[in-house]
Amino acid sequence: MISLLLVTALSLLWLRDLFAAVMLAGLYSLLSASVFMDLDAVDVAFTEAAVGAGISTVLFLGTLALVGRDEKRCKRTQLLPLAVTLCCAGLLIYASGDMPAFGDPAAPVHQHVAPRYIQQSPLEVGPPNMVTSVLASYRGYDTLGETGVVFTAAVGVLLLLGRRRRRTSGGRDGD
Amino acid sequence: MTAHFNYWIVFALMMTGLYMVVARGNLVKKIIGLNVFQTSVFLLFISMGKVIGGTAPIVVDGADAETVYSNPLPHVLILTAIVVGVATTALGLALVVRIREAYGSIEEDEIHRQDADRPVDGYPVDSQRDGGA
Amino acid sequence: MEIRKRASMRENIVLRVASDYLIPPILVFALYVQWHGDFGPGGGFQAGVIFAAGIILYALIHGLERTQRAVPPGAVRFFIAFGWLLYIGVGVLGMLRGGNFLDYGVLAHDPLHGQHWGILAIELGVGITVASVMIAVFYAFAGRGRR
Repeated sequence: MISLLLVTALSLLWLRDLFAAVMLAGLYSLLSASVFMDLDAVDVAFTEAAVGAGISTVLFLGTLALVGRDEKRCKRTQLLPLAVTLCCAGLLIYASGDMPAFGDPAAPVHQHVAPRYIQQSPLEVGPPNMVTSVLASYRGYDTLGETGVVFTAAVGVLLLLGRRRRRTSGGRDGD
Repeated sequence: MTAHFNYWIVFALMMTGLYMVVARGNLVKKIIGLNVFQTSVFLLFISMGKVIGGTAPIVVDGADAETVYSNPLPHVLILTAIVVGVATTALGLALVVRIREAYGSIEEDEIHRQDADRPVDGYPVDSQRDGGA
Repeated sequence: MEIRKRASMRENIVLRVASDYLIPPILVFALYVQWHGDFGPGGGFQAGVIFAAGIILYALIHGLERTQRAVPPGAVRFFIAFGWLLYIGVGVLGMLRGGNFLDYGVLAHDPLHGQHWGILAIELGVGITVASVMIAVFYAFAGRGRR
């Protein structure tokens, strides 16, 4: 399942028709949502499917309608980016030797606040869904900031695209 | 090998996304590459939160003290990250639309060429302005 | 001279009927996900995105003008701010009742009920903001290509 993701990402690299690339990006999000379900992350899978395969695809298609759907063939040689990328991949794989084994219950990530959240959340906060109780109550401040980020993005998009585009006879495009 | 297989696939996805951002000139392709990179980072975190034999972190009727749950903390972090990711994508695409309207193209080398030719007042050369999207 | 009406997908009967049957359940499902976020997967973000997806589907089939008559852009801009202010308001309410900022325990007669009400209120704020943001961004992109 997770290897399908790699196949999708590599074919995204080679596609030059942007419409097909956007559709494949939506498929990539949906595949990763099902991988999240496999890994017990149901809230995350729900959000990734709705946001990645839904809203992101709509925004990309809206952009493609305004900018055109073909990518030009790259004329420069790509050796330096390829070398940097392969070097980074090598370093990451070497560093992953130190990581705990996948799914190990004794990994450090499960040792500090997580047991407290799992045990105390039904008693201190109430909801059966622990992710909601952590998101809204234990880490409510972070969620406040995240809503602020969404708000700021809306302000930015409205500033850039909100006004009607004026047709000017020459010089700068109206804003 | 199987202990870290998930992580190696995640690193391969990360590098694919990075390569798309760095090596492709089309701005929309760069943003798609950024999305691929972001989703691979989500996979990394969720893989770290998984516990073998655990279940989703929702307390259902009939659960007892011995139920093993997967760690909910990475889930919360990634929920935030997904929403921030779509906010960034929306803003990036709005910028791409405005760049297309100002320069007439979304290929990086054409934009650089127009910037190199630009007159002193800083606005792009009017050669490609056609008024159409 | 004849003015040519802008072609829309309303004339395609399969799309129109299918969407007319699907859009109300999508909106109801968004409300379900919003309020049941503490019993199953769900919550404010997912609900906001699903609600916006229903409105976007309506806009794709019936055209942007009809959608903007039903969900006016001014109201959407108001709700972008209103959701976040609701969230901050719950935090300030906690301060006014004697606790810290975003302290839910003091919101009701009993800390556990206070947590419940606090979580419901902030998830509503988040859901309103996310839905309005997605709809507003869609309006911005879709309204850009017009002359």
